[in-house]
Amino acid sequence: MSAKQVKDTAQEIKEHPMEGLLRMDRMPHIWCSTCGLGTTVTALATAINQLGLDTNKMAVVSGIGCTGRVAGYLKLDSFHTTHGRALPFALGLHISRPDMKVIVFSGDGDLISIGGNHFIHTARRNVDITVICVNNFIYAMTGGQVAPTTPVTAKSSTTPYGCYEHPFNLPRLAASSGATYVARWTALHIRRMTNSFKEAIAKPGFSFVEVIAPCSTLYARLNRLGTGLDLMKFYHDNSVIKHGIEPKDADIDFQSKIVVGKFIDIEKPTYIECLNDANKHVFGDKYKPYGGSDGSY
Amino acid sequence: MKADPRNVLTGANYLDGNHASAEGAIAAGCKFFAGYPITPSTEIAERFARRIPLLGGVFIQMEDELASMNAILGASWGGLKSMTCTSGPGFSLMMENFGLGIMLETPTVLVNVQRGGPSTGLPTLPGQADMMQARWGSHGDYEVIALAPDSPQESFELTIHAFNLSEKYRMPVLVMTDECVGHMTEKVIIPPAEEIELVERKYTDKKPGEAWPYESTNGDIAPMLPVGKGYKFHVTGLTHDYRGYPVINAEAQKLKVKHLVDKINKNVDDIIWIEEKDTDDAEIVMLSYGISSRVMQPAIARARKEGIKVGQIKMVTVWPFAEKRIAELAGKVKSLIMVEMNYGQVFLEMDRIARGRCKTYLAGHAGGTVHKPEDIYQIIKEAAK
Repeated sequence: MSAKQVKDTAQEIKEHPMEGLLRMDRMPHIWCSTCGLGTTVTALATAINQLGLDTNKMAVVSGIGCTGRVAGYLKLDSFHTTHGRALPFALGLHISRPDMKVIVFSGDGDLISIGGNHFIHTARRNVDITVICVNNFIYAMTGGQVAPTTPVTAKSSTTPYGCYEHPFNLPRLAASSGATYVARWTALHIRRMTNSFKEAIAKPGFSFVEVIAPCSTLYARLNRLGTGLDLMKFYHDNSVIKHGIEPKDADIDFQSKIVVGKFIDIEKPTYIECLNDANKHVFGDKYKPYGGSDGSY
Repeated sequence: MKADPRNVLTGANYLDGNHASAEGAIAAGCKFFAGYPITPSTEIAERFARRIPLLGGVFIQMEDELASMNAILGASWGGLKSMTCTSGPGFSLMMENFGLGIMLETPTVLVNVQRGGPSTGLPTLPGQADMMQARWGSHGDYEVIALAPDSPQESFELTIHAFNLSEKYRMPVLVMTDECVGHMTEKVIIPPAEEIELVERKYTDKKPGEAWPYESTNGDIAPMLPVGKGYKFHVTGLTHDYRGYPVINAEAQKLKVKHLVDKINKNVDDIIWIEEKDTDDAEIVMLSYGISSRVMQPAIARARKEGIKVGQIKMVTVWPFAEKRIAELAGKVKSLIMVEMNYGQVFLEMDRIARGRCKTYLAGHAGGTVHKPEDIYQIIKEAAK
């Protein structure tokens, strides 16, 4: 390629294809190379673009950790809250503005350990929120400690001889808590993950997508699993798509096969629908259906 | 802005402090309450839950107090006036995200109906021992506003006042009541809606793309940005700059923390509300707040009958502390006495400000019941020596 051609190519690409949805003034991001977060954020941005949603009416809420930083990079109304508390904050935001789509981006430790109680109760209420959980099996931001998702025998900085606690199976937990949509993919399944995000966002109710993502800096290094690319190869060779499977059959063991797919897709009244139905039943015409704030205060 | 008449139960009502507080919130236009049951605060949540469906709002009982505090912050950003109530252990749990509210500069109201502690303590009996927790309970450096009603009437009025201060200073405001006031039933006069002045939230008048969420420093209050209107703003609990973007260095920390501290310290004259009686020629001034300011009355009356020149100050705002006035009095009087239902919390602040210029006494009490007038009287006698 000649120098002129290079120059022309550089001129042609004037903006990042996701520029409309990313805060370019915050780039470069803090994530390690080969981290699964970049892929997951790109898939979400693609999903939003393909759905053609009004991005003025979308908000993203996250907690703490590597995944917690997503809120800072998405060009939406975005809230970076405290550790584990993204869901109750998002619940308050959603109830005050039911016309907006609220997406929670959270890591496995944030969402399921410190935020576990909020997770099961927000799912139980079927609050119309989409939750994307990037599961890298470890606490990455703080340096690689054991998580409630760490597979048995996997090493972390606080299980230096291997984890011996039973881990959570996240789709099973989400489904049994009441989620109306549950799917799992790996960071390799970009197209399928993007489709799941679209379905999850369009789904009224509590929708949950788990994304198994490589952490080459900590999880892979501590467990001698190679580079990020090696992990992607592992996902390629070991992921098994099983749509509609019982989530209880989707446990993940250390370096085992990973069952992926859409497991749950059901219809159920949302929190606000239940609230309005119940009040209408009691108060009749005296009750004006709750519609939240119109943003004018 | 005046209160909406649909929200105001105008007239003479017979309410306990907790119900009055709920009515205050409703009159102030509160439309979102997230709470968790805990004695002795629960009646606030119960009344709100009963009243709100026909007033266009939502009550939600959350899974715990951590969630309650977060949900009211989320709802406030969504554009609804929001609140929660709690007591004792629940107040401890709320402290984490009370700090988030301070850091994000989010208007909301938290009513703490104080009971005896530590730990589970005395669920059904009063205390005033969360006063320093109110001041310093969340980690980090910041200033707070805490109001202390002494009656159901004040529970109504100060809950409205708390909403107004929260909007004006863009921060969570604490109403520090107690089990006595919460469960004491008295006449509560609720004025007509047009006599209830409400502070409206200030939103930016700049266009999307031109406005940032923290465009002021040094204690000036920046207007908020509304969600859903294309501003696409970011806010974070990390130390941040005017854009709301995280900045992790000492310079940004100084700017942010100084701003949080300044916005109260520069406005103390507007915020501080104390009520004085007989302080002009007093040799002894009694300081108190909440229920204790009523409990000390018989002892003061008895001492004054005996010719002891006792004045008194009721602190409606405990935080920020009325430092200027107390310092002035410390230079004039023989003794200052703090009457409170703990073993010396707000007393420490009074004692610090007196700086040895007068004698200071604590009429303390472990809680569980209010002071005996005799015990307060004995301290007045001691202070008069």
